[in-house]
Amino acid sequence: MAETALTNVGASPARLPGLRGIVADWSSDQRAFKNVSWGKAMMWIFLLSDTFIFSCFLLSYMTARMSTTVPWPNPSEVFALNIGGQHIPLILIAIMTFILISSSGTMAMAVNFGYRRDRIRTAALMLATAAFGATFVGMQAFEWTKLIMEGVRPWGNPWGAAQFGASFFMITGFHGTHVTIGVIFLIAIARKVLRGDFDVERRGFFTSRKGYYEIVEITGLYWHFVDLVWVFIFALFYLW
Amino acid sequence: MVDVPFDTIAGIPAAEAPDVELYHPKSWWTRYVFSQDAKVIAIQYSITAMSIGMVALVLSWLMRLQLGFPGTFSFIDANQYLQFITMHGMIMVIYLLTALFLGGFGNYLIPLMVGARDMVFPYVNMLSYWVYLLAVLVLASTFFVPGGPTGAGWTLYPPQAILSGTPGQDWGIILMLASLILFIIGFTMGGLNYVVTVLQARTRGMTLMRLPLTVWGIFTATVMALLAFPALLVASVMLLLDRLLGTSFFMPTLVEMGELTKYGGGSPILFQHLFWFFGHPEVYIVALPAFGIISDLISTHARKNIFGYRMMVWAIVAIGALSFVVWAHHMYVSGMNPYFGFFFATTTLIIAIPTAIKVYNWVLTLWRGDIHLTIPMLFALAFIITFVNGGLTGLFLGNVVVDVPLSDTMFVVAHFHMVMGIAPIMAVFGGIYHWYPKVTGRMLNEALGRFHFWVTFLGAYAVFFPMHYLGLLGVPRRYHDIGETAFIPASAHDLNAFMSVAALIVGFAQLVFIFNLIWSLFKGKEAGGNPWGAASLEWQTPETPPGHGNWGKELPIVYRWAYDYSVPGAGRDFVPQNEPPARLSAQGAHP
Repeated sequence: MAETALTNVGASPARLPGLRGIVADWSSDQRAFKNVSWGKAMMWIFLLSDTFIFSCFLLSYMTARMSTTVPWPNPSEVFALNIGGQHIPLILIAIMTFILISSSGTMAMAVNFGYRRDRIRTAALMLATAAFGATFVGMQAFEWTKLIMEGVRPWGNPWGAAQFGASFFMITGFHGTHVTIGVIFLIAIARKVLRGDFDVERRGFFTSRKGYYEIVEITGLYWHFVDLVWVFIFALFYLW
Repeated sequence: MVDVPFDTIAGIPAAEAPDVELYHPKSWWTRYVFSQDAKVIAIQYSITAMSIGMVALVLSWLMRLQLGFPGTFSFIDANQYLQFITMHGMIMVIYLLTALFLGGFGNYLIPLMVGARDMVFPYVNMLSYWVYLLAVLVLASTFFVPGGPTGAGWTLYPPQAILSGTPGQDWGIILMLASLILFIIGFTMGGLNYVVTVLQARTRGMTLMRLPLTVWGIFTATVMALLAFPALLVASVMLLLDRLLGTSFFMPTLVEMGELTKYGGGSPILFQHLFWFFGHPEVYIVALPAFGIISDLISTHARKNIFGYRMMVWAIVAIGALSFVVWAHHMYVSGMNPYFGFFFATTTLIIAIPTAIKVYNWVLTLWRGDIHLTIPMLFALAFIITFVNGGLTGLFLGNVVVDVPLSDTMFVVAHFHMVMGIAPIMAVFGGIYHWYPKVTGRMLNEALGRFHFWVTFLGAYAVFFPMHYLGLLGVPRRYHDIGETAFIPASAHDLNAFMSVAALIVGFAQLVFIFNLIWSLFKGKEAGGNPWGAASLEWQTPETPPGHGNWGKELPIVYRWAYDYSVPGAGRDFVPQNEPPARLSAQGAHP
């Protein structure tokens, strides 16, 4: 990989004004995005593509929900729990959302400490992020189990439109897979940080490319994206 | 470093980004099989794509035999005919053209044309090929599973795609969807590489507005593919769930064989929307690289700079953007709201503007050029003719009222074969004849090439031009046997027989082409580094074929665009992109 921190791109006196300057900047030689490494650019573009995947899933789910002739099950009832004799709607989902958003905080701190080359804190915060993520997936497994026990199946459920179960398992399953992959990556990168791979720019096992602390940030980009997608799933599936 | 005027100074500022470290293969296996070199991956992609493409070619022969001489070939029954149609379409569009343009041409040409040593992430690039190969193998395996491949048509429309009346309902459709999902995963890995390489790994002096149009075409097509394939992925996953788990995303309440199915409440139209949100950009995913390749071929072989370079670039980008808002013109007869038809017809016809700009610019590039009728040039001219032909019938089909009587007739088949079958394959052939000397160091055989060209071009016209007429008569598509009907005259059957014979001859010419590829590899004329006298960067490599890392010790520095042909005052009739301005007279060279 090319050098990651290209801070001095040189402010030349003869910049073009206005829109033409933006176009000229963007189309200048070598790099369209100055100061952006290959890995980071690739992650951003991947996330753009992934956005389209989740958009298609959510739009399909919304189409199904709007066009079904059978009533849609009420999510705040379906996802309610009885805790200490209290019937609390959406409580599990609220906790899951809180945990996932907290994990974005620890991730951001890990990125910060990564650039400070603080190996211990970076790795600890990444592992904390991974733990939050794993907790999220665990609670999702609990939620799936509960619904399956209550008779929800991809092809039907006791309360209404069959597309409820189908959409639920497909969308949360796809998101949960993303979180799981993120957890695995976090643990793998945290191990590299802890071992000091990025201090000595040790080469990757498969890619034989040098490693930099920027990889922590790239992992973070993916993680924040997964969190952001959850916000949309939360709003469109559970709150609607 | 935008404002350093490279064309007016002798020196270029020192590299902003340091040179990359390359992966160096250590054994025969990592050099030629599990290679991370984009050039080897490109050849792997091309050979795989052409091999599976030969399967699709044979399927088209079988279809034509049945259509031309119905009843003669008893081994082709109605089910098999549908399976042939499905596999022919799917292979040609996705596994041949998309893979060949982006995985083949893209991998080979992007790093060379932008002045990079390799793709930015060679390891991911290698994975891309192997996942693609897996997708192809899964697809090919459907010929051997019980029930055979799916016969749902390449659009795989539910509900019929997964109901028991459709051939391949057992395994064919499942493996087809699995193969598509694999293809998309594999493509994404490659596509990210192509995009980031073009954006972030160009050499010094290579601004976006100095890129050859081939790179612009492949780049834009790849961006489109990264945004369009997700819709196909989602549609495939949901259809697979409908088939395997019995969900009802796309399946309405249906009676099958007198019994209610387990499905209910889904929307088949939703699948069509998802499919065509992928499917229409897909047309331009195979057309834009062709546009780019043709622009470069015409400029090089007419020894003249491309007319209106800037407009050509904007036309490519505009077509790419517009193609995302036209998808429902494939669904005029699906029963959607008529106002949608009005919107989508308007956007569809607007695409004609940037497309026409491109065609005019090609013709104006040829105007008073020093036209060399080399084989690549012949294919480029054939591309323009077939593309204009297919584009004009596209205007018919883009209008709702004209489309309604023509839809599901042979007219549609003729239209899309002209515009996204014949035309892009002409660009593929032109590109192969043009770049084969760079890839192998040898020229393709001239006589065989001219034979291949004339038979393919005239033969393709003999197949598809009469097909328009059949469509206007009302001959439906996807029918195994038209039979005796009042509105189809006997002459239509004769015409069908004629087209079938022509199709077999065209197919034979492709075998000659394959033979030429192999024969010239060993016996072809030595080409030298730059046999066409081309100005773009890939012809300026120190070695031919380019070695590992492409450029020797130093990366090239680019001083000009890729189209400095016949510059007044220059010593030769072309000026390579990496030739410093000091060696030229002051005027004439484009910045």
